[in-house]
Amino acid sequence: MKQGLITIIVGFLFSVGLATSGMTQPGKVIAFLDIFGNWDPSLAFVMIGAIGVHAISFPLVTKRKTPFFSDSFQIPDNKTIDRKLLLGAFLFGIGWALGGYCPGPAVASIATFDSSVILFVGAMILGMLIQGKLAARS
Amino acid sequence: MHSDWILALIGGSLIGIAATILLAANGRIFGVSGILYTSLTSRAQAGMQAPLIILGLILGGVVSFLISEDLFINTSDRSLPIIGVAGLLVGFGTRLGSGCTSGHGVCGISRFSFRSILATVTFISAGILTVVIFNMIKG
Repeated sequence: MKQGLITIIVGFLFSVGLATSGMTQPGKVIAFLDIFGNWDPSLAFVMIGAIGVHAISFPLVTKRKTPFFSDSFQIPDNKTIDRKLLLGAFLFGIGWALGGYCPGPAVASIATFDSSVILFVGAMILGMLIQGKLAARS
Repeated sequence: MHSDWILALIGGSLIGIAATILLAANGRIFGVSGILYTSLTSRAQAGMQAPLIILGLILGGVVSFLISEDLFINTSDRSLPIIGVAGLLVGFGTRLGSGCTSGHGVCGISRFSFRSILATVTFISAGILTVVIFNMIKG
């Protein structure tokens, strides 16, 4: 119960952070990527803030033997640089620049009930499921 | 202009704090694409963690939208077919590459994962290139 509540609050805080930062404004995201045109560098500060906090807290938190409400930390330990990683990131980058949304801000923007947000989220889920099916087949 | 930077810094810090609490409480990395996929595909016995985070993300959006609709303003002027293609690419690409802006860009870089740094450089470069080409075609 307590863990469930904390989990919801964590999602909530993250979402308020996204909205505050400007990440839920697709025009701003596209302007951040438009470095050879009308560049708006302000969103770089989202990463500076987030990484600044998390780079300090990560080693402190993982010094504990276990998290507070579960048996172990689940930190990805995959170190392989392969085609999947690079092609995946490349396709994601194209989609991000075309739509102006990455997954977090898209989910946070469901609240607007805007037709383009709903379409984006539906297409994104479809893309995830298609990739999952293809991966399961190979 | 400067107020934008300050809001971005405050929002970014909130994102970092949320990722820290999730790690400390549940031991998980805050990667939205992975969490969304898990909440769509996992059986109930896998736990409610992922769906609850998504619920929190949606509720945070609702409250932010009620406070200020301007936070969600869309001036990108993209047509619906473009948005559909964009969504498909974001969904497919983030699963193939095992992460998005949050999982690779924030959490991965924060623990100095070379994989995540490379992924982040790749998706930002692809994004920059796409905007250049899109603007050229649009004229």
